[in-house]
Amino acid sequence: MPRINAPAELEAFRKDILSKRDPNKPCITLCSGTACHATHSEKVAAAIEQEIVKQGLKAEVDFRRTGCHGFCEKGPIVVIYPEEICYLQVTAEDIPEITSQTLKEKKVVDRLLYVDPTTGEKATLESDIPFYKNQERLVLGFNTRIDPKSIEDYLAIGGYQALAKALFEMTPEQVIGEVKAANLRGRGGAGFPAGIKWEAARKTPGELKYVIVNCDEGDPGAYMDRSLMEGNPHSVLEGLMIGAYAIGSREGYVYIRQEYPLAVENLTIALKQAEEYGLLGNNILGSGFDFNVKVHRGAGAFVCGEETSLLRSLEGKPGEPRARPPYPAVKGLWGKPTNINNVETWANVPLIINKGSAAFTSIGTEGSKGTKIFSLVGKVNNTGLVEVPMGVTLRDIIYKVGGGIPGGKRFKAVQTGGPSGGCIPEQYLDIKVDFDELKKVGAIMGSGGMIVMDEDTCMVDVARYFLNFLTGESCGKCSPCREGIRQMLKILTKISEGKGREGDIELLEELGQTTRDASLCALGGTAPNPVLNTICYFRDEYEAHIKEKRCPAYVCKDLISYYIDPDKCQACLSCLRKCPSEAIAGGKNRIHVIDQDKCIKCGTCLEVCPSRFRAVKKISGEPVPPPIPEEARIIVRERKKK
Amino acid sequence: MDKDKIDKIMDKYPSDPSSLIQVLLEIQSENHWLPKEALERVSEKLQVPLNRIQHIATFYKAFSLVPKGRHEIHVCVGTACHVRGAQRVLDRVQDLTGISPGETDLDMKFSLETVNCLGCCALGPVMVVDGEYHGKMAPAKSEDVLKDIE
Repeated sequence: MPRINAPAELEAFRKDILSKRDPNKPCITLCSGTACHATHSEKVAAAIEQEIVKQGLKAEVDFRRTGCHGFCEKGPIVVIYPEEICYLQVTAEDIPEITSQTLKEKKVVDRLLYVDPTTGEKATLESDIPFYKNQERLVLGFNTRIDPKSIEDYLAIGGYQALAKALFEMTPEQVIGEVKAANLRGRGGAGFPAGIKWEAARKTPGELKYVIVNCDEGDPGAYMDRSLMEGNPHSVLEGLMIGAYAIGSREGYVYIRQEYPLAVENLTIALKQAEEYGLLGNNILGSGFDFNVKVHRGAGAFVCGEETSLLRSLEGKPGEPRARPPYPAVKGLWGKPTNINNVETWANVPLIINKGSAAFTSIGTEGSKGTKIFSLVGKVNNTGLVEVPMGVTLRDIIYKVGGGIPGGKRFKAVQTGGPSGGCIPEQYLDIKVDFDELKKVGAIMGSGGMIVMDEDTCMVDVARYFLNFLTGESCGKCSPCREGIRQMLKILTKISEGKGREGDIELLEELGQTTRDASLCALGGTAPNPVLNTICYFRDEYEAHIKEKRCPAYVCKDLISYYIDPDKCQACLSCLRKCPSEAIAGGKNRIHVIDQDKCIKCGTCLEVCPSRFRAVKKISGEPVPPPIPEEARIIVRERKKK
Repeated sequence: MDKDKIDKIMDKYPSDPSSLIQVLLEIQSENHWLPKEALERVSEKLQVPLNRIQHIATFYKAFSLVPKGRHEIHVCVGTACHVRGAQRVLDRVQDLTGISPGETDLDMKFSLETVNCLGCCALGPVMVVDGEYHGKMAPAKSEDVLKDIE
């Protein structure tokens, strides 16, 4: 194992790796993030390994398992180099054909290519797919090119050169100056400038200081930090080390959710490799700078993403927040000055040091520079991770990158910022996405979750959903948060059950404002956002629930009924057989009728009713039509003519 | 869970109170729950009072103080799954198993949990049974998944 002792050796080593690699040698890569794991990428990997040997290509073809490509909707993704042919939704059964056709004969397997749903055009290269074409993947882009378990892959693309530059060509003050000039704002949610935080930690006197990676990504519907940590752990590590050098810290922690086993695994491997290569530990690259990193797994508490809670959790205590100031930069882990940044923030640091702050600030808006990774999920065609320059409009993200709303449904809102954020309605789709603009419309950037909602999403239900989540996650230490959230949830639940009363909306607003103003930490301080924000933009939906006992989106169980349209029912027995509560009467050639008293409103009948009939409907706010009389239920079919 | 096994896990971490959560996580993943004897052993070795361990074990969601069933069902109720109808899937699963999230049935067959996001939102609603992912769930489909499990 070569220990690298100087920047020149690092460069020589990189050239050595590159010289051993033939850029024209065919290489088959497979996306191996957690999302693809769920679509059985393991089986595909096994098939590739087997088939390469079987078809005698072992020596001629490289196989690389990369991190997440981001286009999770179409995973697992296989890319074949040097041509960069991209195949989507590959299964193990496709591998023999890919091997014999593409790897051997250099022919494209047409049926596995991306097909544009509107034009029907096929795209051979990954970069030609609209999902990728409209992105700027400065941070996430490396994921597709490297095996996260191989430090050599990272070194080959210029990894750790920013660290070498910082250690040998810059003073700590210069590093901080550069990060400040780049105006790198925290990607974890609040958007606080990283450089200012670093400076505060540097200026606080103390022998022992800590730097921490916050990978406690708790927002439901957001997984960009996981994908970065899984797909390119060295970039996060390199950023952390540069920060440690700038602040004057010798010890770092990575706080990572235990729900992310693959990220923990890849990070642990990365740490070990970096140590072996002399990039971590004592006298890094011969510079005299010492730095060590420990991994701490979080045990499942949303509040631990808040920095003071995270610190207590690191100390082995319950993750309860405390009031700030003093800020962690002054009094952090075990009372020592500490700097905490989010995964994506750290991963941006090497880019800034390598290319300079000017290149970084050339992208983005006035107040928000660089790119941001979003996890675009929910009712959208192209679910996945999206990296765009700050300042792109929501409309471009949802329609150009995301491919719009599935099933011809109408867009209703997009929710950003997780449980602390808000829902942005259609009239604001053209705002430029950055830290400040999102705040103006009552949402926040947050860590980058972007959940698209269509006409079938009930906004009262969404507010209730987030509060239900937050009641479970409030640590209970301060009463405004503990009680405020609980009371708001109670009211929302009543509204969704059809027991809402006049004045409930006003009461929710009052409770929300108190919770916001009086809570100890950001969890409680932002908890009312989903309520206040949906009331602001979707007050009519609240009113429909309260006054008309109607759920306009047909979601709230207590306000809807299922009904079989007798004119459409073809007595196919599908719903009758599947109904778990035996609430459907009917039979062969007898129109089916739902017994409303027995119905548990599980929606199974709607799910199984064949799409060519579409006989099952949801009704809300009006009485269910009375069942048709017994004698009218018989369907007389004309015999098929021979 | 015997003492040797616990000691083996504990030897991997520095013997001070800050290792507490890491040690408990490992016992949990090995044993699927935290028996009282294990907690007593941890308390003794790390010099942390048992009531603080209890506090930790109830504060963090990863820990269980009761045994788990033979099959673990996780229904994702993350926002993306929620807007795609995860609640109806969860309702159906509760109905089928007769247990609520956090519970284990009397035969020790199923344990049911909800998770706040598995990060495979493209597949939502998602249900995981014994580590196997089942995507694009719907109430009737969840029944198909569960009915063949012994």
